[in-house]
Amino acid sequence: MLPRIHGFDSGLFNEFRRLEREMDQLFSAGFWPGTMRSAASDSYPPINLGVTPDQVDVYLFAAGLDPEKLDITIKENRLSIQGERRLERDEATSYFRKERYDGAFHRLVNLPEDVDADRVEARYDNGVLHLVVKRRESSKPRQITVQ
Amino acid sequence: MTDSKELSKHDLQTRQHRELPQRSIRPAVDIFEDESGITLKADLPGVTREGLDIQVDKETLSIDGKAEIEMPEAMQAVYADVRATRYQRSFSLSSELEGDKAEASLKDGVLSLRIPKREQYQPRKIEIRNS
Repeated sequence: MLPRIHGFDSGLFNEFRRLEREMDQLFSAGFWPGTMRSAASDSYPPINLGVTPDQVDVYLFAAGLDPEKLDITIKENRLSIQGERRLERDEATSYFRKERYDGAFHRLVNLPEDVDADRVEARYDNGVLHLVVKRRESSKPRQITVQ
Repeated sequence: MTDSKELSKHDLQTRQHRELPQRSIRPAVDIFEDESGITLKADLPGVTREGLDIQVDKETLSIDGKAEIEMPEAMQAVYADVRATRYQRSFSLSSELEGDKAEASLKDGVLSLRIPKREQYQPRKIEIRNS
């Protein structure tokens, strides 16, 4: 095994140093906030959640899935997404890198309380699962006219 | 953003320093080798063929992908594991790989890239003739 490890370090397929870039990633914040439940960021698949007065948008970044094998449920305001990604890996082959997620996953997301579990749409495009959950009318901000 | 020409030298330096590292995601990859070449698989959820740029030259392979995420206009971000829409990662290639002959495909956000070894590094079968 030693020659293999050595060969990998000395550059058959080496990765450039990217520390600077990664440090920046850790500390900068853009459109997406990073504070809430940030401890969960290791979980697979990564999730983004956004809201508008009309709907809640949930994004799962899960490439190479079979969407028919996903189990998506909403109970009260809790969204549960269960599935698995099985990679076809030949165990006899030697891997230089083996980083991609392989196995079952289950993620739970708390949605705003006014979501309507009967009005959900799901699409899987280019490896992103996009769920749109409509919110109930009553929760929309209402214009109040002063008499 | 102010045009860089208008900035003093000092400003320019700090500006460059700030902008040098670009916000991007380092995609997870699998890389394995067999007798005839090397295969790389990368997870690039949200990236379309049009948004993917792969550069291979003699020494380097770089992957640069932009994710297209459909978002309602007035959306407010509440929670995010993913905080960039660009994937970038670079590798150096050993001289035994023939970058010119690399082939790539993209399906459901998974990039598959195959780079063959140069002919002189390919295993050769030696025929044994009957005497």
